[in-house]
Amino acid sequence: MADISVKESAPKWKFPFKIKIENRVDNPPKWLSPVLSLSAVVIALLIGALVIWIAGADPWAAYSHIAKYSLGSWGVISDTMVKAIPLMLVGLACSIAFRMKLWNIGAEGQFFLGAFGASMVVLLPVLPMEAPKWQFILVTAGFGMFFGALWGFIPGFLKARYNVNEIISTLMMNYIAIEWNNYFIYGVWSESGFQMSRMFQRNAWLPRLSDLAKSWPFFGGLTTHFGLVFAIVAAVILWWVLSKSRWGYEIKLIGDNPRAAEYAGISIKKNIVLVMIVSGALAGLAGASEITGVVHRLQGAISPGYGYTGIIIAWLAKLNPLAVILASILFGALILAGREVQPSGIPTLIQGLIMVFLIASDFFYRNQVRITRKVED
Amino acid sequence: MDLILILASGIATGTVLLYATVGEIFSERSGILNLGVEGMMLIGAMSAYKTAAATNNAWLGLLVAMLAAGLISQIHAFITITLQADQVISGLALNFLATGISLVLGEGLTSLRDVVPQLPKYSIPGLSQIPWLGGIFFDNHSIMVYFGYLFIPLTWYLINRSRPGLHLRAVGEYPAAADTLGIRVYFTRYLYVFVGGLLAGLAGATISLSISPGWFGGLTTAGQGWIAVGLVIFAQWNPYRAAFGGFTFGALRRLVLDLQGPAMIFGLSNPFYYNIHYGFFLKMIPYIFTVVFLVIGSREANRKRIGTPAALGLPYIRGQRGL
Repeated sequence: MADISVKESAPKWKFPFKIKIENRVDNPPKWLSPVLSLSAVVIALLIGALVIWIAGADPWAAYSHIAKYSLGSWGVISDTMVKAIPLMLVGLACSIAFRMKLWNIGAEGQFFLGAFGASMVVLLPVLPMEAPKWQFILVTAGFGMFFGALWGFIPGFLKARYNVNEIISTLMMNYIAIEWNNYFIYGVWSESGFQMSRMFQRNAWLPRLSDLAKSWPFFGGLTTHFGLVFAIVAAVILWWVLSKSRWGYEIKLIGDNPRAAEYAGISIKKNIVLVMIVSGALAGLAGASEITGVVHRLQGAISPGYGYTGIIIAWLAKLNPLAVILASILFGALILAGREVQPSGIPTLIQGLIMVFLIASDFFYRNQVRITRKVED
Repeated sequence: MDLILILASGIATGTVLLYATVGEIFSERSGILNLGVEGMMLIGAMSAYKTAAATNNAWLGLLVAMLAAGLISQIHAFITITLQADQVISGLALNFLATGISLVLGEGLTSLRDVVPQLPKYSIPGLSQIPWLGGIFFDNHSIMVYFGYLFIPLTWYLINRSRPGLHLRAVGEYPAAADTLGIRVYFTRYLYVFVGGLLAGLAGATISLSISPGWFGGLTTAGQGWIAVGLVIFAQWNPYRAAFGGFTFGALRRLVLDLQGPAMIFGLSNPFYYNIHYGFFLKMIPYIFTVVFLVIGSREANRKRIGTPAALGLPYIRGQRGL
């Protein structure tokens, strides 16, 4: 690492300290990483305020609106969780792929295909109308995961077999997925010409907290649904896989040093396909749970870019599955309350800023800044 | 379905891809992968439209678009060159940021249609009279298309035959060697990331001021920036192939739209005419073709041993072993 020393500014007055930036030799302290991430978020919010102000809006009003309508009462906290559920699952999908330095940015498309798979169970139908709820929960989740996994498998296979850049192919698959769903929304499953399918029957819905309101009145009106259980179980399993299992070790080794992995006899191609399948299945599960838990029908606008936000969440969580849960709640709040904020691009802008500062802050994780008193010649 | 019309429109929309792709070629030749093309194009499209609306001058809009996109590309340059962060993730971040900025600053621009000046269109006298080719290449095209014709050989010459091009390629292939020869590696990389930004901004401005005028938020570019990143691989970092890929793609996009028109094609009844919902499958075709182009590109590169610039994606750290 090169030493970057700051040049002295004025010739007469000499800056009495020398700022040296050098490679960190020892392990960085434990508190450093969360502190850096937090400061990245804070700086991003400050710069965001500046841009909102330049655009002619009131930053304070925008932020206080976001805070109030995302965490201000139990009702909106529950709604924040509803937005956080798909984010957790796509965040996990991105985390496992990124851990192997496999850039799956197709979680959005895999989410759409998952939604398609879950809808298929109800609309084709795969299960009879009156099937019990638990069957619907299992089968819609299964179909969602299968179709998401299929959408992840294709770019994974193309990368393993033909060395096709997965960044571009997964992204193209997103656009294809949207058109695929549109065909069914506008055509096959369209309800009397509207651009949506019929509403699913009640027993195909995921249970919600408000379903418990009879026994516990406190839960009345709360929309948080069973998908939260999927997300948390998935996070715990993925945490175990990545940090405790042999396969997780292989994934990390390939990510950090593919050549060493190859010498160790780990098949990189096989793992590319496997990780893409798992990643796609997680994103597909997000789509399935969103459809059966929130939307209750197949329609066009089911995602405000969940798949793309998942990328930032994975990065904010430092690819740690348990941290993904926390990061998702933050972004769930931003997406939920950001919907009504004008101008409408603000949530995207803040997400972008957070990501830029996160990446920049990594520099201070890898390097340390030393300030020493200059010795006079 | 008029073949000449489809090809002519392919040239027009392909010009957008041409500028964006060649911009990315410059950046990647210097060793910096910039995935933010889509976002930079949006910045370009937005600021071009906004400036043209405010000043009533399309040329000023073009200039501001280039500078704005060039400026925002320097965020990526700083993060990847000076801070040595991962280029993939930084490019994605740039994309989010640039998209967000253009959506925020582009608020309310959509309603300005028909009052914003556009870049002029010309037919080249003489050349446009040539049968077939005249109609495709020289008839009633945006001035940006004609710039594009000059731009292709010029950039090829710049990259492959000029001294700055030699330095550019050296920095992208073997920065340590370039450094020992006195080529300023960091400066060169910053410069060509900037050039990539300028050209992405130009591409965006070409859309919003000329090819399909207007500002439609994220739909203005509709993934063309990503297609451009894909085309770079197909183009094997060569402007001529980038032009070929771009124009082919443009024609394909138009063909897909036109296929739904006639009731009969080659004497067969046209399924896309009788069931309009099949049109969604037609809309997938450009994206499917991007993937197909990628497969072709990477296989061909394998066979001919034409590679990616060797130092692409790697930070250069002075005094450290390796590339």
